[in-house]
Amino acid sequence: MGSVPSTSISSASPPLRIEGLVKRFGGLTAVSDVTLQLNSGECLGLLGPNGAGKSTLIRSIVGRVIPDTGTVSVFGCPADSTGARTSLGWVPQELALYPRLSCRENLGSFSRYHGLSGAALKAAIAWGLDWATLTERSRELVNNLSGGMKRRLNMAAGLVHRPKVALMDEPTVGVDPQSRLRIFEMIEQLRDEGMSIIYTTHYMEEAERLCDRIAIIDHGRIIALGTKEELVHNAFASRSEVVARFGNANEDVAAWVQQRGGRYDNGTAQFTIEHATEIAGLLDAAARERYELADVSLRKPNLESVFLHLTGRELRD
Amino acid sequence: MISSIVRTALIGLRRDRGALALSFVLPIVFFSIFAVIFGGRRDTTPKVTVLVVDEDHSAASRRLLKALQSEGSLTIKTSPSPKNNVPQSDYTASTAEAAVKGGVAPVALVIPHGFGDNPISLDPTANRPTIQLLQDPSDMVAPQIVYGLLQKVAMTSMPDVMAEQGSKAMDAFAGGFTPEQRKRIQDGLDQLRQLENEGGTAPSQGVGGSNANGALLAVTTRNVVGENKKNPMVSFYAAAIGVMFLLFTASGASGSLLDEAESGTLDRVLSTRVTMTALLAGKLAFCTLLAFSQLVLMFLWAWLVFKLDFFAHIPGFVIMGVSTAFAVGAFGMLLASVCRTRAQLGALSTLVILIMSSVGGSMFPRFLMPEAMQKAGLLTINAWAIDGFTKVFWRDEPISHLWPQVLVLVVVGAVLFAVARRLARRWEYA
Repeated sequence: MGSVPSTSISSASPPLRIEGLVKRFGGLTAVSDVTLQLNSGECLGLLGPNGAGKSTLIRSIVGRVIPDTGTVSVFGCPADSTGARTSLGWVPQELALYPRLSCRENLGSFSRYHGLSGAALKAAIAWGLDWATLTERSRELVNNLSGGMKRRLNMAAGLVHRPKVALMDEPTVGVDPQSRLRIFEMIEQLRDEGMSIIYTTHYMEEAERLCDRIAIIDHGRIIALGTKEELVHNAFASRSEVVARFGNANEDVAAWVQQRGGRYDNGTAQFTIEHATEIAGLLDAAARERYELADVSLRKPNLESVFLHLTGRELRD
Repeated sequence: MISSIVRTALIGLRRDRGALALSFVLPIVFFSIFAVIFGGRRDTTPKVTVLVVDEDHSAASRRLLKALQSEGSLTIKTSPSPKNNVPQSDYTASTAEAAVKGGVAPVALVIPHGFGDNPISLDPTANRPTIQLLQDPSDMVAPQIVYGLLQKVAMTSMPDVMAEQGSKAMDAFAGGFTPEQRKRIQDGLDQLRQLENEGGTAPSQGVGGSNANGALLAVTTRNVVGENKKNPMVSFYAAAIGVMFLLFTASGASGSLLDEAESGTLDRVLSTRVTMTALLAGKLAFCTLLAFSQLVLMFLWAWLVFKLDFFAHIPGFVIMGVSTAFAVGAFGMLLASVCRTRAQLGALSTLVILIMSSVGGSMFPRFLMPEAMQKAGLLTINAWAIDGFTKVFWRDEPISHLWPQVLVLVVVGAVLFAVARRLARRWEYA
């Protein structure tokens, strides 16, 4: 095998285009009529709760799941073509590594599987180790690495052949805050180098920090797509959120909150208001009913609010 | 507290069906196999095939041959099996020797010219024709059985000769009979001969009790295979034990597929330019290489410690070693692709490999088994591999004679791999 061919892919076509993709497992529709385009150099977030269909969508792109209907093209090529496979780099959610091989040997194996050899192979391994900050641990067996190091090596193994499109499936699952920050820096480096990225997460903060656009996915369906500002604006326009926590939470309080157009969950109510002055009216009404308010805050809506607004559920349910 | 631990362990065992099967089914299966082989329903007792060359064509030699044919524990062949329904000419001393060398039968008997003139004698020093017993010493049992039965049938098939020889000995050692005694003895012998000519001698059944000390017939025994071998059974056991452990090694090595499927590594590999066929072929190549290395080590050890003549048989060893390793590797791939978990693989491979090894001759030679079991052994990789290695190291046969074993092993390997590839589709896509 020689170096990676850059055959048949068209730079005029978008890095990734998904059209009308449907995948069912028995009676369960995991992905429902998804149409999505990843633009060049863009980081597109797939934000949704566990079981929303994010991983199935990613696995459909890399050819590990055969969709019932719909197409996936990479730079205009079918996803199962050699050109597409070479252009794609997949970082799976699982630690898909050879545990008894060292960091260097793992990266070497996956580079060869992508067709690299000779100088290109050596360069790829060196890049992978450097990018994952594992150069000094290059001869360490995977079994002996910390959780954060394994995560970083898992990412490097997926991208060691320097693809044009990266598909990252919740790469920060189970890592400590410090390692998470390091992973963010690694992804930002790729963005700065112009790589096109799809990043799945159920952490709102990650999507907000890393992604240019965000697709909110629920029950296999894309229910909103845009920049963070667009998503918030489309859901709330210029309205703000009032979050009120009640000291004497009970069914009467819940009914009262719903009567006034708010959402109530576990002693906390959320209302949307157009003007800050509307808070006074809420406080007066609560006082008339003799409901005890522990605290009240005003905030701008975020992606969590958007998800709640669109689905009626918390993002992390 | 103890009951809680027992309860937890029982639940775990119930959920692990592989371990459950191993615990209860395996001992029963093995008991049954060993019971059939050694416990012995009488109708399944192995028969010893004996090639008989009658150079004498006398009444005595024909009677001896007929008596041998009447023995239930012997299968007597005087000529090779017909080819294309064309009967073959009778064995000669040289063709019978070649047949024993080639493994057609473990024993051949050559009844020489002049046997009928003086077939048996009670005098061990007497000059009499000697029957040649040509044997393959890799079968330690058959020549002993044939020797014993030969002495027995000599006694039962030629009672008149026995009586005549007895009276002669009496006459010589007791100072001579009177004329009257001689006449009575002669009348008795005539009656006995007449009875025999009328078919009055009942064929004997079962295994006789004669032994070498009885030596009514003069028999010389000669090894026609492995005359120069320093340690005759080493090559057999190197192959027999080697193949069994090769099967275990291959199933363990191919189990990495299951580990990789479970960890998600298999998915990642298949998302690259590696196809499932290439992946399985790579694993098969690895298993084959591993198995062949094991065989090399095993035979080198046999050469070093047990004086096996390894270096004189390198070409045959390589051909048999590679084809055996290929078949064994493909077998491992099939097991891995059938199973869902490592636990299942462990249970299934132990079950199948031990059965194959016991029936296929890895645990004890197939010639000790009942005929039906010997035929069943041909369904195993073990039997073909052991036969091939025996041809190379024991019979010193040329490489061209290995084609049946090589063909079977390669075809079996290819078929097992094809089935494994078909079953592996479940890993390919969801």
